[in-house]
Amino acid sequence: MAGDRLFGVHGAALAVRSQRMGLLASNIANASTPGYKAKDIDFAAALRDAEGGGIDAGIRANTKYRVPLQMSIDGNTVELSTEQTAFAENAVAYQTTLSFLNGRISTITRALKGE
Amino acid sequence: MADAPMNIFQVAGRAMSAQLVRMNTTASNLANAGGVATTADAAYRTMKPVFRTQFDAASGMATVNVERVVTAGEEPTKRYDPGNPMADADGNVWQNAVDETRELVDMLESARTYQNNVEVMQTAKSLIVDTLKLGR
Repeated sequence: MAGDRLFGVHGAALAVRSQRMGLLASNIANASTPGYKAKDIDFAAALRDAEGGGIDAGIRANTKYRVPLQMSIDGNTVELSTEQTAFAENAVAYQTTLSFLNGRISTITRALKGE
Repeated sequence: MADAPMNIFQVAGRAMSAQLVRMNTTASNLANAGGVATTADAAYRTMKPVFRTQFDAASGMATVNVERVVTAGEEPTKRYDPGNPMADADGNVWQNAVDETRELVDMLESARTYQNNVEVMQTAKSLIVDTLKLGR
């Protein structure tokens, strides 16, 4: 949970990052589907809301349609450069969160062992 | 698949299958480019897949399916060629309706989209494996 005393905000951050990865993968999968509207999660807002009212509600409230830089004729709003950049950024941030969690776990393990 | 929530591998995997169908139709179209037939009905017409988004409410994700494959594009054109063994009584043959340039562009685009989905799947796989190793 968001207010978890052991892992702080990182548990919720990992959940939001994972959901965002799925959403960006959906956008990339529908890159050539006519009429598909790309969606994305506002990560900072979703994490803030997750602290108050749960992770799922925070994600649902902050999933928005993306505004394309340029409309295409078939109504598709996926811009591959945007999606690929967001996907790469999200993957790195996911890995960062994993490192934070790993650091926390090893700290606690060391404390428990009394080394 | 309808009941269980969709996962990221299904999203990317189905998109890859859809692009593969598109690539197959492009190959059929290109293979038939330049061919002729005796009647307009017998001449080959360009085939195109129709993509349709499939939403999954449980996971909030969306993948793509090939709804059907349709014949699209222009009509076969008539050409006067009495020496051709395929010519009809008036000496006309019907040319297959395939726009080679458009098909090649289509092929490149579907190959690139396929590659993008492979990248997505590889990244997702390595992140999930890293998550499983958490705390080790």
